[in-house]
Amino acid sequence: MSSEPLWNTARNAEQQKQRSPQYAVRPSFRPAVEQQSSAQIERKTAPAAKLSASNINFYYGSFQALHDISLDFATNRITALIGPSGCGKSTLLRSLNRMHETIRGARLQGTIRMDNEDILQHDVNVLRRRVGMVFQKSNPFPKSIFENISFGLRVNGMARRKDIPGLVERSLRKAALWDEVKDKLFQSAYGLSGGQQQRLCIARALAVDPEVLLLDEPCSALDPIATARIEELLFQLKDQCTIVIVTHNMQQAARVAESTAFFLMGKLIEFNETKIIYTTPKNKETEDYITGRFG
Amino acid sequence: MNVKKIVNFIMFGLTGLCTLLTVGILFFILAYMAWRGASSLSWSFFTQLPAPVGETGGGMANAIVGSGKVLLLATIIGIPIGFLGGVYLNEYAGPTMSFVIRYATDLLNGVPSIVIGIVVWGLVVHPMGHYSAFAGGIALGIMMIPISVRSTEEFLHAVPSSLREAAVALGASKWKAIVTVVIPAAMRGIITGTMLDFARVAGETAPLLFTALGNSFWSSGYNQPTATLPAMIFTYAISAYDDWHRQAWAAGFVLLALVLTINIVARLVVSRGIEMPRGNA
Amino acid sequence: MTSSSIKARTLPAGRVGAFSRLASGDSVAYALTLLAAGTIFLITAIIFYELYAQSAIPRHKFGWLFLVTQIWDPVAGQFGALPFIYGTVVTSLVAMLIAVPQGIGSAIFLSELAPPRISDALTFMIELLAAVPSVLFGLIGFYVLVPILQANVVPVLRDTLGFLPIFQGAFYGVSYFSAGVVLSIMIVPFIISVSREVLMAVPREQREAALALGSTRWQTTWRVVFPFAFKGIMGSVFLALARALGETMAVTMVIGNTPQIKASLLAPGSTIAAVIANEFTEAVGDLYQGSLIELGLVLFTLTFIINGLARLLIMATRRGTPA
Repeated sequence: MSSEPLWNTARNAEQQKQRSPQYAVRPSFRPAVEQQSSAQIERKTAPAAKLSASNINFYYGSFQALHDISLDFATNRITALIGPSGCGKSTLLRSLNRMHETIRGARLQGTIRMDNEDILQHDVNVLRRRVGMVFQKSNPFPKSIFENISFGLRVNGMARRKDIPGLVERSLRKAALWDEVKDKLFQSAYGLSGGQQQRLCIARALAVDPEVLLLDEPCSALDPIATARIEELLFQLKDQCTIVIVTHNMQQAARVAESTAFFLMGKLIEFNETKIIYTTPKNKETEDYITGRFG
Repeated sequence: MNVKKIVNFIMFGLTGLCTLLTVGILFFILAYMAWRGASSLSWSFFTQLPAPVGETGGGMANAIVGSGKVLLLATIIGIPIGFLGGVYLNEYAGPTMSFVIRYATDLLNGVPSIVIGIVVWGLVVHPMGHYSAFAGGIALGIMMIPISVRSTEEFLHAVPSSLREAAVALGASKWKAIVTVVIPAAMRGIITGTMLDFARVAGETAPLLFTALGNSFWSSGYNQPTATLPAMIFTYAISAYDDWHRQAWAAGFVLLALVLTINIVARLVVSRGIEMPRGNA
Repeated sequence: MTSSSIKARTLPAGRVGAFSRLASGDSVAYALTLLAAGTIFLITAIIFYELYAQSAIPRHKFGWLFLVTQIWDPVAGQFGALPFIYGTVVTSLVAMLIAVPQGIGSAIFLSELAPPRISDALTFMIELLAAVPSVLFGLIGFYVLVPILQANVVPVLRDTLGFLPIFQGAFYGVSYFSAGVVLSIMIVPFIISVSREVLMAVPREQREAALALGSTRWQTTWRVVFPFAFKGIMGSVFLALARALGETMAVTMVIGNTPQIKASLLAPGSTIAAVIANEFTEAVGDLYQGSLIELGLVLFTLTFIINGLARLLIMATRRGTPA
């Protein structure tokens, strides 16, 4: 990840194209919508798919990164997105919490719904609280461990000051990190090892009680032991939230996910239960990828 | 030893001499000012007003306070504009605006300080009808802006994009992400830049010549001509009185000590250990 | 699973804490920072406008002749910029002739020869030299440098190079030469720090290629590293020049403030910045004041052009194009 500012691409080589007008509107905070949907949730039975994407086409400038993707992410299950580099899996992941909007020239066409609500009409900051993200390279803030975890709580006004320490502990326990850091909560997060930092980022994301957790190749920079711990963590977490994980590592997808989606060059080739993808794939490209004929 | 090696030795020797000369000049200046200046320093220097022309004795208390007042106003004007401008440049500006503002900032930085003095004279002193610390503060404030913009922008730019991403992914709006994560991460560098900016402007004389001018007495408020340390040094140094020369050296020593101390502290203490994220263990 | 202190999965309309309620602060933040940036632009524009507007009277009266008239006679109402343009150019030239070789030489030493920690320490000190206020350079220039020049340097110059017109005539201490020397000391640190950075940025592979062909370190430096960094070094030279052109206090104190044009460097003279500093507060009358302001406009234009060239050169280096 370069050190270019996230949203200022003035120095970026990418072309600054006009955003598609339909999605250029900055949605404002709409409490009425929120209250209504929380009530609705109470009344309705939870839909089988927590998140569903329909007919997604995605453009970076004039380059089309995703072609007509439609996909459902089941509630309380782990879905893996696999495919070779540049196939669009990360692009799709990032559109699920609208992080693509921080890139100039990125354009999304299609609909993404969470709990049957169009996420593009939803207040973006609230959405991002409900849909958490863990990045490929751990990115703790240059603050203490405590401040990292409590960040989301404070910024979203989710808890009273006296409740925060308890919630920080709870998140750290959920991420299986509490015992290792409980004595150094107020030390810099950068003092932790790579695996610990990534679990810290997971704890930080969990602190705001997300309904969905998106993970973008979370273990790619970690050793096998740290990777195993995080995979174990994901098993425990899926009861509480829906998980979508992008991974380069096919064995990881096989270990962890109930459903797997295989992408190639911006198209969804196959989406099914992981067992089926790995043992009896329906497409030749899928089979070639699984068996390692191309990487 | 062949010719190549001799030439090698000589040329590098010459370059070493050049360096030695430059560094030597610095030490000479420090030593000389310390010698001439420190011996002339006394308690009265800091506490008394200048004596009437021609008489010995007196001090520069009003100049010290005057400098303080002018610099305070300059900081209040220059740093916020510079800081916010830097934030705009790095976090909000698109390519066109970025070019325009950056160009304007560089231009402003290159304006000779005497010219800034003229302009502020025309805009503030002339309409007001008198010299004032207010005008002096504006002139110095304008000079502080470009450096502040540049250093703010540089240190904001150094904050990795991944931190902004993390904050926004947790539900923080853009401005909150900037305020709670980006700016604190860049804070050390920004403070260093501010201190160096301050030190630079503290020694400026030319813009004060036609804005704050000078004063042999106390000036109340910001609306009167005000004595400042650099201007006083200038006036005394070119005068015909030995005692004033002596005081000019003393004042020069004080000014030099102030400026160098801020520089050294900013670069060595504040700058050290700016926290950057480590790689994975 | 949800505790009582965290609200249910979607937030209620009223959030806890004032800070979080400012979610729509994004537009405020944008407006505020834009305002600051716009102010900077405005200030720059105003500076140019002020100089232009306030110098209207002499501009209309003298036109372009202002730049080539040699006479500066406030009493008679005759104003010409030539002596000051001459003085500015000459002093800056002298300063550059001294500072450029010394600066580049030091930069080469610090970048190629000195061990890193010594290089850093020395560079730190040299950058402190850049922080010394100019009025103090004037102070030391007048009371220390000028006597030294008078006693030791100028006699030697006269003996060796006295046949040259630039070293003839009486020397009273204050002169173009003294101003040039003081200026050179002031601008050397800028040349050194920028040139050093540019030299250090030359890729290792370039040096290694030369050394592998049997060059000595000096040959490598002079024939490979220096040419590669040339544009950036020239940029630093232009930056230093721009600084020298606008320098006021130190020059005023050692140049003699005599508006005249003399071939000899040992004669007193004046520069644009010096005459403005000396005469502005005493200037009576719109023509007099306006002429001084017009001088300011000339200086502003001069530094603007030089700075522009400097930036072009440095940008060319950043893009990685070697000379």
